[in-house]
This record gives sequence, C-alpha cells and structure tokens, in this order.
Amino acid sequence: MTTHPTTPAETVRRRDHSILPRSAAMLIMGVCTVYFLLPLWWLFVGSTKNREQFTGTDPLWFADFHLLDNIGDLLAYRDGIFLRWTLNSVAYTGGAALLGTLLAAMCGYALAKYRFPGRELIFNVVLSGVLVPATALALPLFLIFGQFQATNTFWAVFLPSLVNPFGVYLARVYATAGVPDGLLEAARIDGAGELRTFFTISARLMSPALVTIFLFHFVAVWNNFLLPLVMLSDERLFPVTLGLYSWNTQITQVPELRGLVIVGSLISIAPLAVAFLLLQRFWRTGISTGAVK
Amino acid sequence: MSALLRTISVLLTSAVAVTACSSPDASPGGSTASACAPSGGGPVTLTFTSWIPNIEQVVQAWNAKNPDIQVKVQTGPNGNGGTYQNFFNQLKAGNAPDLGQIEYDALPGFRVQDGLFDLGACDIVAKAKDQFVPWTWNQVSLGDPAAAFGVPQDTGPMALFYRADLFDKAGIAVPATWQEYAAAAEKVKAAGGYITNFSQSDINQFAGLAWQAGGNWFGNDGQKWTVNLTDDKTTKVAKYWQDLIDRKLVSSVPPWTTEWDNAYNTDQAWTWVSAVWGANSIATGAPKTAGKWRVAPMPQWSSGEASAGNWGGSSTAVFKSSKHPYEAAKFALWLNTSDEALTLLNQKANLYPATKAGANLPALTGGVAFYGDQKIYEVFAAASAQVPAGFTWGPSMTATYANASDGFKAAVSGKGTLVDALTGAQAYTVQTLKNQAIPVA
Repeated sequence: MTTHPTTPAETVRRRDHSILPRSAAMLIMGVCTVYFLLPLWWLFVGSTKNREQFTGTDPLWFADFHLLDNIGDLLAYRDGIFLRWTLNSVAYTGGAALLGTLLAAMCGYALAKYRFPGRELIFNVVLSGVLVPATALALPLFLIFGQFQATNTFWAVFLPSLVNPFGVYLARVYATAGVPDGLLEAARIDGAGELRTFFTISARLMSPALVTIFLFHFVAVWNNFLLPLVMLSDERLFPVTLGLYSWNTQITQVPELRGLVIVGSLISIAPLAVAFLLLQRFWRTGISTGAVK
Repeated sequence: MSALLRTISVLLTSAVAVTACSSPDASPGGSTASACAPSGGGPVTLTFTSWIPNIEQVVQAWNAKNPDIQVKVQTGPNGNGGTYQNFFNQLKAGNAPDLGQIEYDALPGFRVQDGLFDLGACDIVAKAKDQFVPWTWNQVSLGDPAAAFGVPQDTGPMALFYRADLFDKAGIAVPATWQEYAAAAEKVKAAGGYITNFSQSDINQFAGLAWQAGGNWFGNDGQKWTVNLTDDKTTKVAKYWQDLIDRKLVSSVPPWTTEWDNAYNTDQAWTWVSAVWGANSIATGAPKTAGKWRVAPMPQWSSGEASAGNWGGSSTAVFKSSKHPYEAAKFALWLNTSDEALTLLNQKANLYPATKAGANLPALTGGVAFYGDQKIYEVFAAASAQVPAGFTWGPSMTATYANASDGFKAAVSGKGTLVDALTGAQAYTVQTLKNQAIPVA
C-alpha cells in the first residue's frame, strides 16, 4: 500500500500555489483511472465471450453475451469445485481477518495503554515482523507444520493467516492517539474490568482503525497464494486463488480451462470489491491514522 | 505468470541448495538395494499427487477393484508451477506422498536429491519393461539399465501439423525435409502467412527439435554430469531457426496465448511442429479451421531419414519415503499399462500412452473429424518408434529453461542469436549445478 495521505495543511498549500491547472490534474487522474480499470474491463468483457469469440474478437469489446452461460459452466465444472474454493476463501479470509483484527487490536491496545517491562522490545519485534515478507515464511511454516503432521489441513493456512504485525502497529498508534487515558481511568474507577473496558469503550473508539486493519488483513489473506500453494495438496481445501492458478497451469493440456479461469477470476475479485465499497468511508478515515505519528 | 514461475524456481533452487548442504547424514551408507516386497498385514492406503485433469475418475476405477490397495488422489498446479517444489519440501519434511507424477525432464532433479524409490528392485516392474517403447524406459532408468525411477506414463512424439487446404491452394508440397520446409516458408510468406510460430518461451519445443536431430544435452557417467547444450546437432537446429527468424519467415507470438490461438484460427500460421497432444490444442484453439488440418511426419535433416522428436511426457514415480513401494508399483503399472486406465487417461486427459500396445487402443486407431477423418495417431505411433533413445535430461531443467527462455526472447526480438542463448544457458546450467553441489565434469 503506497497511498500517501495528504494532511489538510498540504492541501491548502497546493491550492495556493496551484502549479498544475485543475484540468491537467484531472487529466492525470483520468489517465490513471483508465490505466487501473482497463484490466478489469478486459476481464469483464472476456468473461462474456465463448471460447471462439475470446480468441477471434476485439478483446476490449463485447461479442455475444455469454456471461451467464460461462458462470453456469464454471459452477458445473467438476461438480462445482469452484464454489467450494470460493467458500474456502471466504472461510480462510473472513475468519482470519475477523480474528486477526481482534488479536491485533488487543495487542496494539495493550502495547499502547499498559506499562510493563519489555514493552518497547515486544513492539520492536512485532514491528520487525512487518519487514519479513510472508513469502519467505511459507517454507519454514511448512516444515514446522510438518512436524505436527498438520500440513494439508485447514489450520495450516488459517493459523498463520491470523498474524498481522502491521495491524498491531496501526492499533497501537491509534490507541495512543485516540483513546484518552482519562477515559480509561474513569472506567476503572466505575468498576469496569479491563476486558469490559476494552470491548465497550476502547474498541469502539478505535473502530476506524479496526476497519482499516480488517480491510488490509482481508486483502492480504484473500490474495495470499504461496502459503496455500506450499501447504495444501487436497483440492477440496484450496482457496480460490490457488484453484484458479492450478487450472491456469493446465491450459496447455486442457484448453477449455482458459474460459473458466477468466470467469473465475472475475468472480473471485467480487468479494474484494464489495468489501472495499462497503467499508470505504471507514477506510478513508482510518488510512491516515498511521501517517501522522 | 512468468515472474511467478521465476520466483518459484528461485525458491526451488534455494530449497534444493539447502537440502543439498544440510543433509550429510542421508549419505548412502549401509542401505544396499531397497527391498520391494508386499507389505502384508491388511489393506494399505496410498497417496498419489498428480495434476492430470480428472485423474480421480481413473483412480476410482482402480479403487473399486482393489479394496486392499486404496489410492487417495492429491492435486495441485503442474510440476514447474509449484508441485515439484512441494515434492521437494515434502521430502524434506518427511511427508511426501507415496506416488507422484513427474515429467521426464524433472526426474533427474529428484534422483540427485535421492528422493526416488528405485522400482528396478520390484520384479513386477522389471518384468513389465518390455511392454514400453524402449526410449521411454531410458527416460526413467537414467543411465542404469537395471533401474527404474518411475513408470513411463505418457509421451509426446512429434509430427508436422499443416493446413492441407492452404498448402494445396498455394501449390506447395508438404515438406519432407527441413530444407524443403525452409523453402516452403518463403512461399508461405509470399502467400501472406507464416509457416509457423517459433516458440520463444517454451524451450521444450526446441528441445524436441534438437532431440530429433540427435542432440544430447546432458550425460551422467555415474560420477559426474556433463552439460552440452551447444553440441553440433543442437547448434545446427538453432542456426536453422535463427535463419528463419532473421528472414522473418516465422512469427514469434508468445505460445499458449490468445494471440497465438488467433494466428492459427485466422490462417496466419500454416504449420506447427508439435507433439501428439497438440492435436487437441489446435482443435480447441482454432475451431474455425476444423477439417482443414492434416498431420505428416516431422521434416527430416536429410531425405530418407526417419527420426522424430519428443515434446513432453510424464512418469509415475514412487518416493523413497513410501512405506508401501510394492503396492505403489502395482498401482503405477496398472495406471500405465492396463487398457482400462490408458483408455480413461486418453479420454479424460488426452494422454498418449508410453506402452507399445497403447498405440492400438480403439481411441487411437480411428479417424479424427477435426483432421478430415485422417487417422492421425498412426503418424504419431510411427513417430514414437523413431524417437532417438539416448536423449538425457539434466537435474536442473527449471533453471535451464528459465535462462534459455530469456535468451530466446532476446534473440526473437533481435538481440543476440539462439546460439548465444544456448551458450548462455550452458554456462548458467553448469553454475547452477555447481551451486547445488552436484558434480559437473
């Protein structure tokens, strides 16, 4: 994620100097929009074509509209294995994002609000976790799970997906800034336990950050590919990313699969689009959270 | 996707390197010839990893008849797409399946990591040797006549697919030699097409062409590997195609893309020198050309010769960690020699058998409508018998392919030549083997 949120001060300064005329800025935005939406458009148009039209007609415009037929074929192929993959993805992603967000929030909150020896050390260790790419961890995780005969199980993908160091970082920053110590003091004086304080007061105050963490996490797990690739060999456990990739590697052998991969890709990005559109407002408030600190 | 494959192959290489360095304890000390005897004591369950489409349905047929040897199918992407890497990881973690699908060009890689059970120790496998086309057996015995590191499954004997209608119309004779093929290429160009598409990223096709010419890229004397991607025969093939590229007589659309399908679908590409499974690729990629294609033997380097290349093919291997090698061998033999399994594999996954008798399956003796009812499989059966027996793969083909493919792409776009690319791949391959502590001469 390389979004650079602008602070209000910056926005004002830019407007004052107004180096770029408004129309030029719009033009650049327009070009970027087209650039980013073009592959999606291609995917959508491709999904509506049958196999012959897919190779033979303009890739950016419609031929006969076969989208529903194609979706029907996709869902019927191999007794609906695609549907199963999609549900798996929802289970891995939804479950891991919800639980992972909760864990990250509690962890970040604790690091922000409690004083205990080793606090900074723990925080720094978590922070260094942000720097380690998930790709590099797949093989070690496989060997560890191998020790417990737990590879090729649901948990082999689910458990590692819970971990989200960046979420801990965001939660800590937000809790420091957004949850006043005085409020916690008051809650304690009123006799609320620590857990109750967290869930009824702090978590609510932190909610914009939690949505951001949830979205980041959701996207990361949904798109996580190498971990399932390394862990799973039972087709019925595959998430949709791995399933589509497997099909895609078989195209030379089974050319019919190309159409299914295209439609499947379109369907597989739908949940991400829905999550983004629904949670967009929170996302915008939350995304600047980490920037100021 | 190629970036992804590269990542995977880098991971593969490093994992192999790690394995190679960190397992001095796995040296072949006291264990002599591994035993291959029935397990005894009740039913066994075997795991089998394969990416053959619909393999479950074939295995079901076995399971229904063999309650004592039940086989559980696992699947994943194709070998170089990740499944080989998974095999290496699983061998390291000690949870590899009993059986796995391994292409011929990947077998040596598993062999040098000592991951495979030598089925030569199983009398049932040794007895079955004569049922297979001899060169396929060399692909799995890896230089030791008594050994078998897998049971040959399918093959890809090559021939010439050509557009009979376009050749007729332009008055061009079907080329029987490569010289005639180059001459035909000029005429095709004059008629507004390309004789074929040169595969810039799928080095396997080039390997098949070099194989036909008698090239031999690797050797192993039991002590050391030799690498020779630039032997005379291979260089001859590379120069031949470089000439066609230089004269712009072949197109160079990336293979397996929609553009590429489109070139065949719209009469822009007139021939394809490809393997038996290519019959299905054309039929599905170029549906508008139904009935217009025919198949002829591959062009020869000198007239009167009869030699064919091979492109692709897999074996069914048993991993060393399997506790039931005898039962696994039994299943692997059924899968790759019984009429029932071979017919199913051909119907469900378009596989062409490696056995001699396989060529006589009813599915492989009739006419094929897409090819104007020509009995195309007779051409491939003849080709299979003409594949030179000596061609050997090396233990690091993923790395070799990746490097050569970069060089080929450069050559096609005018930077360097195919021979340069092979020279580069030669050096890179030797270095890769050294990095993995595999002895190279």
